[in-house]
Amino acid sequence: MEKYRIDPSKGIEFGIYTLGDHIPNPHTRKRISAQQRIQEIIEAAKLAEQAGIDFFSVGESHQDYFTTQAHSVVLSAIAQATEKIKIGSSSTIISTCDPVRVYEDFSTIDLISNGRTEIIAGRASRVGLFDLLGYNLRDYEELFEEKFELLLKINEEEVVNWSGQFRSPLIDAKVIPRPKNGSLPIWRAVGGSPGSAIKAGIAGVPMFLATLGGPSANFKVSVDAYREAAKRSGFDPATLPIATAGFFYTAETSQQAMKDSYPHINIGLELINGHSYPKRQFAQSADPRDALMVGSPQQVIEKILYQHELFGHQRYIAQMDFGGLPFELWAKNIELIATEILPAIKKYTAK
Amino acid sequence: MKIVGISGSIVGSKTRTAMEYTFKAIAEKYPDAEVTLIDLAEYKVQFSDGRNYMEYEGDTGYVTKTIMEADAIIIGTPVFQASIPGTLKNIFDLLPVNAFRDKVVSMLVTAGTSKHFLIVEQQLKPILAYMKAQIVQTYVFIEEQDFHRKEIVNDDVLFRLDRLVEDTVMLTETYTNIRKEKEAQYDF
Repeated sequence: MEKYRIDPSKGIEFGIYTLGDHIPNPHTRKRISAQQRIQEIIEAAKLAEQAGIDFFSVGESHQDYFTTQAHSVVLSAIAQATEKIKIGSSSTIISTCDPVRVYEDFSTIDLISNGRTEIIAGRASRVGLFDLLGYNLRDYEELFEEKFELLLKINEEEVVNWSGQFRSPLIDAKVIPRPKNGSLPIWRAVGGSPGSAIKAGIAGVPMFLATLGGPSANFKVSVDAYREAAKRSGFDPATLPIATAGFFYTAETSQQAMKDSYPHINIGLELINGHSYPKRQFAQSADPRDALMVGSPQQVIEKILYQHELFGHQRYIAQMDFGGLPFELWAKNIELIATEILPAIKKYTAK
Repeated sequence: MKIVGISGSIVGSKTRTAMEYTFKAIAEKYPDAEVTLIDLAEYKVQFSDGRNYMEYEGDTGYVTKTIMEADAIIIGTPVFQASIPGTLKNIFDLLPVNAFRDKVVSMLVTAGTSKHFLIVEQQLKPILAYMKAQIVQTYVFIEEQDFHRKEIVNDDVLFRLDRLVEDTVMLTETYTNIRKEKEAQYDF
């Protein structure tokens, strides 16, 4: 776990992530400027640090209703604005980038942040960037696998010799600057079926698992498949961290949390995915066994601990700014996390 | 209530003819319903390439978005090679997995022989169920001999189409009301 800068003795890590979505507030139908949104994200990272939250990350989506396409630039601003919180991408779509360039950017951010930076590499659930950046969607899988392998290789070796299908060969290529501690924690983002989890296990890289909703037990399959694949490939699963990521919202009471968050999650899904969130399904998700982390601090604690019991994961990251949520409510969430949720989950999971 | 009809093939006239009768019945009995009949023969719909349904342009985008906005969908299909036509299957492939959640879907089928009666039961219903439709269980099966020069000549078929319309509207109202009642109990 040390290689990934995780100390399990301190208990499960809690992080916050944003996709940088840029959606009108469902109550006012108004949308803040992209500039304000980006500045609020940087501000939230500062609040998260003050709250003692372990990790903050920013994702990229290249289409309408998003602002952090240049997520590494936003992360570098966060690196400068903070001092101790770990930061990362969630995720970097390595398929449509040059891994050399990504590594240069992130090791630079690591130097700016004094060794706090991580990369979570994903395959993209929204695929607008393939057209925009000039890639063929039919190469979706192969683009990711090849470029992710190269990214991992650059992380291990300062001088790289490599050839592949999607970029020119590297011959004794020096990829610099190097990160502060020689290498970066690089995770594989996994969603959907266990196929991708198994690939993460085979490569022996840590896994970031999206658990947006539905019974938490559904994701156990991917967790088990990951560890099993890692073991078969000669890695010790005990050295490989697992993180989960999903929707989150907390308020003093469960009713308040649902009332505050539903309109935002709903409009976000309507605009981005084209379907609303069925109210009944949302109401059912109050069950502690459901992965949707919406509820009172006590409920959320119970859900996180339930998942921890199931998965034995090392980090959970929460998305709570989705769907045009006003910044004050984001800040309020961070405060409740700091005062009520963090102390409890750390207490129960520290070894 | 938004009712969308899909005439699922781009060849022949029987399914289209039956759909026209059906939509005439809706217009007479339920004049307040907002109806759209999509005859796939009139649109140039591309094959599904896996993108989100909202991202299709032109005719394809019109068809996917219209279907997604519906409260009730009536599907008309002929039988091709002992199954539904590829054109209709493509419509399902263009839509998300839960596309028919909170929608009522009913079916009419035209076929050259009564031997095809269970095709819809065994091949169309499982797709609709997978996509979370509330299915009107009884469908109208119409044979070649029930048509004469783009008209339905079997009075029994007209009677059954009327009933299909009533079942579709009634089930949609029922589910909508139950859902609304349940949702009114939530304070979010």
